[in-house]
Amino acid sequence: MDVQSIPELLADHLILGRFDAGSIETLAGCARNFHFGAGELIQKEGAPAELVYVLRKGDVAIEISAAHISPTVVETVHGGDILGWGWLIPPYRTLFDARALTEVSCVGLDAACLRGKCDDDPMLGYQLFKYWLPHLAARFRAQRLQVADLYGGEGA
Amino acid sequence: MVARVPETARIPSALLPMRARVAHRRQGPDDVATLSLCPVDGRLAPFRPGQFNMLYAFGVGEIAISISGDPGNADSLLHTIRDVGAVSHALCQLQPGDMLGLRGPFGKPWPVDAQAGRDLLIVAGGLGLAPLRPAILQALAMPERFRSIILVVGARSPTDLLYPEQLRDWAGEPALALSVTVDRATPGWSGMVGVVTTRLARALDRCDPANVSALVCGPEVMMRHCCLALEDMGVPPDAQWISMERNMKCATGSCGHCQFGADFVCRDGPVFRWDRVAARLRIRGI
Repeated sequence: MDVQSIPELLADHLILGRFDAGSIETLAGCARNFHFGAGELIQKEGAPAELVYVLRKGDVAIEISAAHISPTVVETVHGGDILGWGWLIPPYRTLFDARALTEVSCVGLDAACLRGKCDDDPMLGYQLFKYWLPHLAARFRAQRLQVADLYGGEGA
Repeated sequence: MVARVPETARIPSALLPMRARVAHRRQGPDDVATLSLCPVDGRLAPFRPGQFNMLYAFGVGEIAISISGDPGNADSLLHTIRDVGAVSHALCQLQPGDMLGLRGPFGKPWPVDAQAGRDLLIVAGGLGLAPLRPAILQALAMPERFRSIILVVGARSPTDLLYPEQLRDWAGEPALALSVTVDRATPGWSGMVGVVTTRLARALDRCDPANVSALVCGPEVMMRHCCLALEDMGVPPDAQWISMERNMKCATGSCGHCQFGADFVCRDGPVFRWDRVAARLRIRGI
């Protein structure tokens, strides 16, 4: 079995793969490999957002939990997506629970390291936003449709 | 003496309902009923995927309902109906043995045959799976004709999914890549959560968008956003079709009730190529 290096894994990713090789190497300096089993909690709402996960394979449920009711899955994200944006917004707390629905393979980028590299190299930061923002915008657009209850007024 | 009916007073056959009996009835999800119909006055005319019948609840009225059966089985005339108005309510209350009136089939079909050699993407939202079911069955009857067959199904919640047993069967169908997503998960749901548009990129990740043909059916806003998302991915607008729904009365393009811009949905649709109607779908109120 071929074992891919972290830069190779990032280069294969739908979003981060758009960076040039030098930038990938820079990002890889903040990265570690992660695997989560089905059902495993990946991040907990309110916890320090120390990592941003670059999902390679598997499905992840974004959940909201409340007392006395089962957690509600509000969205699922998948291989090719990026999980988490609390790492970018002070005070850097995780905004929702995230749980692996299947086996999940991902690369975790250390948030403080990543912010530091973007501060040091504004072009890297700009590119990160340029590549990441369409993904975020697509998710916002989808969630607006979700809120609109598309199927509520269906006829025969 | 028998009075002769003047030629001009004869009712065209397309406007004359034939009698049909409910052979089977299936309730669910919720206020949706699926009726299997048997003709009383002779054989049914063959239908093509995407066409509709006018169903007449005696003494109440007549509405257009898409045909959901298998086009390869002449005896399979299924209609899936949501109880939303007086006529659909009366139809949904019918039980096996009850009689109703039936006209058709009417309308332009899904162009399934013409997509040979292409990646056939079928996107169904909510009740939109009902008019697409015949197209899916037709495609699955000759899978070798397509490069791939991909089905993306969306629903409000897991309990709103239409034809759950069929979806389970299709999940194991090697010729079909199936993706199911719901807008609102319920406890115990371990599948995807998100609107159907979120599944499109992954559904097509092994396809050249230029080689994709898409059949899309669901609420209008869902179809609009799906087709726009597919356009963004590079699927040509002239390779996308949607099925429209309007207030159809005569079903022959004579009465004008279902006028949609320059088209009558009953006669020129209900299946339209996306680039023909895309601009009109952005105009509020038509």
